[in-house]
Amino acid sequence: MRIPILKLGRYLLISVQVELDDQTALQFQEDLLNKIHQEGSLGVVIDLTSVDMIDSFIAKVIGDVVEMSSLMGAKVVLTGIQPAVAITLIDMGVSLQEVQTALDLEQGLERLQQELGG
Amino acid sequence: MSNHSCIEIANEWGIVSARQAGRELSKDIGFGSVDQARITTAISELARNIYLYTEIGKIDLEEISDNHRNGKARGIKVVASDKGPGIENLRDVMVDGFTTSGGLGAGLPGVKRLMDEFDIESIPGEGTTITTIKWLR
Repeated sequence: MRIPILKLGRYLLISVQVELDDQTALQFQEDLLNKIHQEGSLGVVIDLTSVDMIDSFIAKVIGDVVEMSSLMGAKVVLTGIQPAVAITLIDMGVSLQEVQTALDLEQGLERLQQELGG
Repeated sequence: MSNHSCIEIANEWGIVSARQAGRELSKDIGFGSVDQARITTAISELARNIYLYTEIGKIDLEEISDNHRNGKARGIKVVASDKGPGIENLRDVMVDGFTTSGGLGAGLPGVKRLMDEFDIESIPGEGTTITTIKWLR
């Protein structure tokens, strides 16, 4: 299964709508980095509204892809993390401290625009 | 017991099946969305350990009730068992950040925090059984 990555100007938008198995998560990591490279994207919003569970493996994959994107020069904002998912991540002791977040897709895009100066 | 299911973890698809079954059962029992996420995440961690460290294992999910707790406490029991190499250093694996797989090292200590009861039995060379329970409040 592949997670679709949409291009919007210099940004990339991803809405994760599938049950994240390990392979899909790792494939997404690779696809996103390739897409950033190909499109010369400056910013990425990953919307997790439909994701009802993030375990330590998926948290690591997400944390890693944020860091990898940053190495390439693209800023990533995660949006739409559900209350139950946020609570579970903190219970687990998983902290995504370096990761930028916003409430929803709209605010995520605003955040990118502020930081990247439009 | 009325509700019982067993999911074999032979590959990574087993992880997805186990957590889907866990979410359904915890919803049926009446857990709220936060506890559903906790239980599903705990199952995912346990299933991944089986997938990563052993050839094959299984996750048993069961609705339970406890008559000692004010009559009718209900809950979900999750048992992860495998016939893998076992864990030699049980104390180390329960420490946050300890990992042999390059992961976050949040797995087992995380499961312990997500669930109400946690018990691990492991015999090197024979296998590991982890039993966890979450009670409905």
